Order: sequence, then structure tokens, then C-alpha cells
Amino acid sequence: METAMSSSNNLTDFIFGRLSWNALPFHEPILVVTFIAVALGGIAVVGALTYFRLWGYLWKEWFTSVDHKKIGIMYVVLALVMLMRGFADAVMMRTQQAIAFGANEGYLPPHHYDQVFTAHGVIMIFFMAMPFVTGIMNYVVPLQIGARDVSFPFLNNFSFWMTTAGAVIIMMSLFIGEFARTGWLAYPPLSGADYSPGVGVDYYIWGLQVAGVGTTLSGINLIATIVKMRAPGMTMMKMPVFTWTSLCTNVLIVATFPILTATLVLLTLDRYVGTHFFTNDLGGNPMMYVNLIWIWGHPEVYILILPAFGIFSEVVASFTGKRLFGYASMVYATVVITILSYLVWLHHFFTMGSGASVNAFFGITTMIISIPTGAKMFNWLFTMYRGRIRYEPPMLWTIGFMLTFVIGGMTGVMLAVPPADFVLHNSLFLIAHFHNVIIGGVVFGLLAGVNYWFPKAFGYKLDPFWGKMSFWFWQIGFWFAFAPLYVLGLMGVTRRVNHFEDASLQIWFVIAAFGAFLIALGIASFVIQLIVSFLKRDQLRDTTGDPWDARTLEWSTSSPPPDYNFAFTPVVHDHDSWYDMKRRGYVRPLEGFKPIHMPKNTGTGVILSGLSVALAFGLIWYMWWLAALSFLGIIVVAIAHTFNYKRDFYIPVETVTTTENARTKQLAEQA
Amino acid sequence: MSNTHAVSADKPEFYLTEEHHPESSTMLGFWIYLMSDCLMFAVLFVTYAVLGRNYAAGPAPADLFDLKLVAINTAMLLFSSITYGFAMLRMEKNDRSGTLLWLFVTGIFGAIFLALELYEFNHLIHEGAGPDRSAFLSIFFTLVGTHGLHVTFGTIWLITLMVQVAKFGLVEANRRRLMCLSMFWHFLDVIWIGVFSIVYLLGVLG
Repeated sequence: METAMSSSNNLTDFIFGRLSWNALPFHEPILVVTFIAVALGGIAVVGALTYFRLWGYLWKEWFTSVDHKKIGIMYVVLALVMLMRGFADAVMMRTQQAIAFGANEGYLPPHHYDQVFTAHGVIMIFFMAMPFVTGIMNYVVPLQIGARDVSFPFLNNFSFWMTTAGAVIIMMSLFIGEFARTGWLAYPPLSGADYSPGVGVDYYIWGLQVAGVGTTLSGINLIATIVKMRAPGMTMMKMPVFTWTSLCTNVLIVATFPILTATLVLLTLDRYVGTHFFTNDLGGNPMMYVNLIWIWGHPEVYILILPAFGIFSEVVASFTGKRLFGYASMVYATVVITILSYLVWLHHFFTMGSGASVNAFFGITTMIISIPTGAKMFNWLFTMYRGRIRYEPPMLWTIGFMLTFVIGGMTGVMLAVPPADFVLHNSLFLIAHFHNVIIGGVVFGLLAGVNYWFPKAFGYKLDPFWGKMSFWFWQIGFWFAFAPLYVLGLMGVTRRVNHFEDASLQIWFVIAAFGAFLIALGIASFVIQLIVSFLKRDQLRDTTGDPWDARTLEWSTSSPPPDYNFAFTPVVHDHDSWYDMKRRGYVRPLEGFKPIHMPKNTGTGVILSGLSVALAFGLIWYMWWLAALSFLGIIVVAIAHTFNYKRDFYIPVETVTTTENARTKQLAEQA
Repeated sequence: MSNTHAVSADKPEFYLTEEHHPESSTMLGFWIYLMSDCLMFAVLFVTYAVLGRNYAAGPAPADLFDLKLVAINTAMLLFSSITYGFAMLRMEKNDRSGTLLWLFVTGIFGAIFLALELYEFNHLIHEGAGPDRSAFLSIFFTLVGTHGLHVTFGTIWLITLMVQVAKFGLVEANRRRLMCLSMFWHFLDVIWIGVFSIVYLLGVLG
């Protein structure tokens, strides 16, 4: 009897690893309600897709697509979905901190609160900002350089699905088991097996590793695209600034994500194999992890901000109707920032005690970064100077950025001074600083980019009224939410605290929570903007392909562009090449079309991504059979994919002619 | 083509009338990938530099490593690089069976390398010098093991390519793939030279 029991236990252990009913959060009312809401929403979406018979369409036209434009849009959709999740976490934290004073414990116990702040950071950086940036680069870069697709179209699809797989793994932790309680960088020894024995850190590790594959490959892809696929005549110094910043960002991705991968591998080995890289005993050194993770982590913030700088450069030039002031200095500033971003990582832990000389070195390199950044700021200002500025939403976001980001940059320089950092380290001042540059820089930039390129992607502009509402709510909400954190940080309040004793601090947290509420209205306005624009799409329609009277090549083709982007490959003579073409009387060719060589769609990316989720799930829950099977599956599918040699086809000349004639007609009606 | 609009004295060409074929990006892309892989190894080397002397009162390199075995192992990998080079020379001559033969020899050398490495690992673990003994052994197993894992994947890739060359011949796509694997294989050789010098030689003699 007893042996029968234990053998059935062994079997259960073998099949389910450490997964049991206890892993499901029945005892957490917040999670149960969330789960019900998500499940109902999910069923509604699946039901609607099935009812309208959209699965086939989605599979054929989107999921398996290797078209950089569709992949770019899917990235941005992923980013917006994850923005909702990450922002929900933010609202929970703000609410908790606004009420949890004295006798009131708030509604989030520490073990839950710790998961929330970890998830917020991880999601916002890896699954909101990163896919958003990658999505916009994917969409815009090939169009800006006059190419028909990226260098490796299948790899692009695969990269997207790996990023999505990472997001799926992170989202699973919400309802099955738990997420890490370590903060977004999972410092050991806290994240080691001794202090975090559960599945939380494993969800973190495998979510990031799977997504990291996608990020690295997409970085390689975009570098190769920019280096090899530019239209004839487009020398490096004739590339649009956004393409330049994308190039630098992707160089940084390729130069840093492998470091993150390797570092997480070492942490994984500590947890799974019992090695001693970052443990307290047997020769391990936790500070090694902190160094390594920031060698990735600091360039990471430049990975996010550089494309935003590129977006602002395009927007400023377009909406002031002028050539960008100081193009060459803009390029050099970007390159200098790229290099310097690698030399400052230690400023994240001046308090480690590396000694005065080391801290001074990293403090100075950090301050030096503000010089090229400042140069950029002046370039944008001088571009606007005596320009004919049009205050459309993309331009509003840009001006909002310039005001907000400069303040964030200055508090950054304050933190770069080691003695000041010893006081401000790990305080809410730091939190306020990096939200100031990430929201004020990256998020504002991405929203400027969405407003700017939306008509290119969908053929109609976004509604400006709701765009302005969104902008003002975000802008004002940002300051309400984060200015109090500066004050609290100067008073010495540390981050990641879920309960306070000192009642005099409460008012500041209440103001911050009000700011989060205003930002929520900003996000809601953005959603309303999308809906209203869709409903009013006929009024907002862009038939010209160039709704802003802009300057770079993506505006020379139709909105949305045909699958092949350009019927004829453009020849470039100047930067701002579309402006040059308009100025010198370019006439659109109406005949002589040729069949166009294009890559074929494939489902391999989706399949590999699904298997990766299964692999990660097996590894997280110690379901070794599942891990082994899905790993084998990945190898088999990948090899099988290489046996397919027929990966391209020709768009017949009739299709090209029909598409181009339709545009000719549209342009004629416009005129 | 009659691009009468586009060609005139003051209006330069703004588009190509002929199909534009950008140069293949594969080699560049693969190079960049190798550099990213190189950075992974850089992290492991750096970790070795920092933690490699943390023996935690356990065995040190001189107690553990058998330089003769490692020398043979190194020779296997270096030979495999040479034979891969021969395979590429045969490919240039459009000699399918010659290419396959040399690829096969390369694979055998790779397999011997892996077998010797597994033998060494097994031996160390049985002596009580496993990866959980000290930080030094943790990074030793990780660095050498990561390289070994790369060789394993390279060997699987090699076998796949042999099947594809046998089946589809030395077509353009297969040539490109052989070039990529060639770079990968030599790259692993270079990494191994680093491992051999820094971990084994400096460990035992230094």
C-alpha cells in the first residue's frame, strides 16, 4: 500500500515537477478577480475571432508574415498590451503607497507587493519599451532606406515571436505560481536558490532568456539591413537621423544583450546546478553579478532612448518645415553616446565601495554623456528657431519631451556625482529620475512616433483632438506623479517599500497617486484616439502618402505602402531625399513595372516560439520530460526548416501594375 | 526604359528602372552573430579572471588538469579546422564527394574532441571536483562546457549540412551555409585557443 502510494507520488512528481494545485492563486482575491476578467476578455476575443472567421486571416496575413511592416505593427500591438499590464502594476503600487500608513497595512501584503514592483519594471522595460522601439524601427527603417524588406525576413518573424513567447511566460506567472520578488534586475544573493527557492526568479530568467533571443537576432537583422540594403546613393551621411539612431541602437543591442544572456545563464546555473558564481559561500561573488548586469543595463537605457531621439529629429524637421539643424553633429553625438554608454555602468552602484578613483572615473564619464545629449537638444531648438512650427500631436510630444527630459537629465547629472549619490542611492529620487527620462524621453518619443507614422501604416491620420488630450494628461500627470518622488527621495525615503510609519509623508504619495490617475486618463485618451480615428477614418484619410509634407523616403510611397514598399528602388542624392525629390520635380513613374522578388511567409517562427514557451514552462516547474521533449522539438523544427529551399516568389507584374494604377488614380482624385 | 520624366539635365534619376539586387547580407549578419557570441564568451572569460582563483579550500588547476590530455584535445580541434578548410577548398572545385569526405573527417575530429572533454568532466566530477565545489570549478565547467556545447551544435549542424549537400548538391544556398559553418567552426577554434591558454596553461604553469 505504502509503496503504491509513493510510486504514484513519484509519478505525479515526474509529470508535474513542482507544479501543484497550491500554485494556483485561489487564496488571492485580487488575482482571482483579475483571472476571471482576463479569462472573460480572452474568451470574448477568441469567440469574436472565431465568429468572424478571422483565424485564417490572422494566420496567413499576420502571424506567418515576413513583411517587416506587419511585424512592426505586431510588435507595437504587443507593446501596447504589455503597457496596460505594466501600468496596472504601477497603479497598484501608487494606491498601496498612498494608503499604507500607520495602522493601515494597505491591500497588498509584502510578498505580493514585491512581485508587483518586479513585474512592473521587467514588463515596462523588456515587454513594453523594447518591443515598441523594435516595432517602430522594423516598420520605418526599411522604408526610410528605400528597401523592400529587412535582410533576413524569416528571422524577423522568428524574433517577434520569441519576444512574444517571453511576454507569455511572464504573464503566466500571474496565474500559475508567482513572479520574482527581487526587483527588476534580480540581484543575488536574494535571487539565488537559498533566498528565492520558488518559481518566481525562474519565470524571470526564462522569460528574459527567450525574449533575449528575439532581441539579439532582431538587432543583427537590422544592422545588416541598414548596412547592406540602403538604396543606391544613400551614403552613411545621407541616412535619415532615425535610421542612424536605429543603427546605433542595434549595435548596442548586439553588443550588450549577449552579456545579459551570459549573466542570466550563470545565475541559472547557481539555481539549477548548485554552482557558486554569485553565492555567499565557496568563492562566489554577488557583486560580480551586479557589475555584469549593469554592463548590459546601462547601454540598455540608451538602446531605448536613441531611437526616441531619432523620432524627435524626424518630427522636428517635418513640423518646422526645415532641414534638421546640425545633421552631422547629430550623427556624431549619437555615435559618441553609443560608445560612452558602455563606460558608465558603475554609476549604478557607487556605494559598492570601489574606491574614490574608480567612482570618480565613472562619475566623470557619466557627466560627459550629457555633452552630446545637450548638443542634440540645441540642434532641435535651432531647427525650430524661425521655423514654421505646426503644433500637431507629434510636435507637441516633442516639445513636451524637450522640457521634461532636460530636467530628468539634470537630476541624472546630480546622481552622477558620487558623494551626492551616496545620499540619493536607492531612494525615490532615483525612481523619479529614471521615470523622468524614460517616460519623458522614451515614452513621449514612442507616442510621437505613433502619431507621426500612424497615417503611413494605416492610411489615415490619428484624431488630433484626442491626441492632444492624451498629451496634456500624460504631461501634467507625469509631473504630478513624479515631482513628489523627487521631494520624498531628498527626504531619504527609499524605494520598494510597501508601508510607512511617518504620516507626514502621506500627502506626497497621495499627490503621486493623483498623477498616476491623470496618466491613466492619458492612456485612456490614447485608446479613445485610436477608436475615434478608426471611426472617422474616411475624414482622416491620407491619399497622398505624404500627409505631413515630410522629408524622408517613407513618405514617397503610398499610405499604407504596398507589400513591396517601392515599385522602383529610389536613388538618393541628398539626405532628406524625399524633400529633395519634391523640390527638384520628381515625377512618379507610371509604367515599366517589373515582377518583384519577395520572401514567402512561414509558420516556423510561431511553432518555435510555442515550443520555447513549453521548454521554459518545463524548466520552471522541473517538468524535465516536457523540457526535454520541447527542446528536441525545437531542434527538429529548426532543422526541418532548413530543408525548405523555396523561400521566395515573384509578385507578378500585373499585380504591381494594378496596385500602382490604383495609387495613380487616388493621387489624381486628390489633385 | 523610357523614363523621360526622370532623365533631363537638371533632374537627376530618382529611381532605378532595373531590378535592384543588394549584395547578400548573410556573411555580414553571421559575422555580427559571431561577435555577439564572442561577447558571451567574453563574459565567461571575465568571470574566470575574477573568480578563477577562488578555490574555496578545494583543488586548484595544477591538482586537476592533465595537460597531455588537453594537448591531444587541442590538436583534435585544430586538425578539425584544417580539415574543414580542405572541405571548403573541395567546394570551390565543385567536388561534392570531396567536400563531403572532408566534412566527415571534420565531424570525426569534433566528436573525438567532445568525447575527450566528456571524459575529463566525468573524471573531475568523480574526484569530487564538480561544478558545485568552488567558484573556480563553477566557472571552469561553465566556460569549457559552453565551448563544448557550441562544438556539439556545430557537429549537429555539420551532419545536417552533409545530408543537404548529399541531397541537393553544392547549390548556392548550401555554399552559403557551408561558409557560415566554416566561420563558426574556426571561431570555436579561436575561442578554444583562449581557453587552452588562459584556463589550462596559465592555470597549471602560471
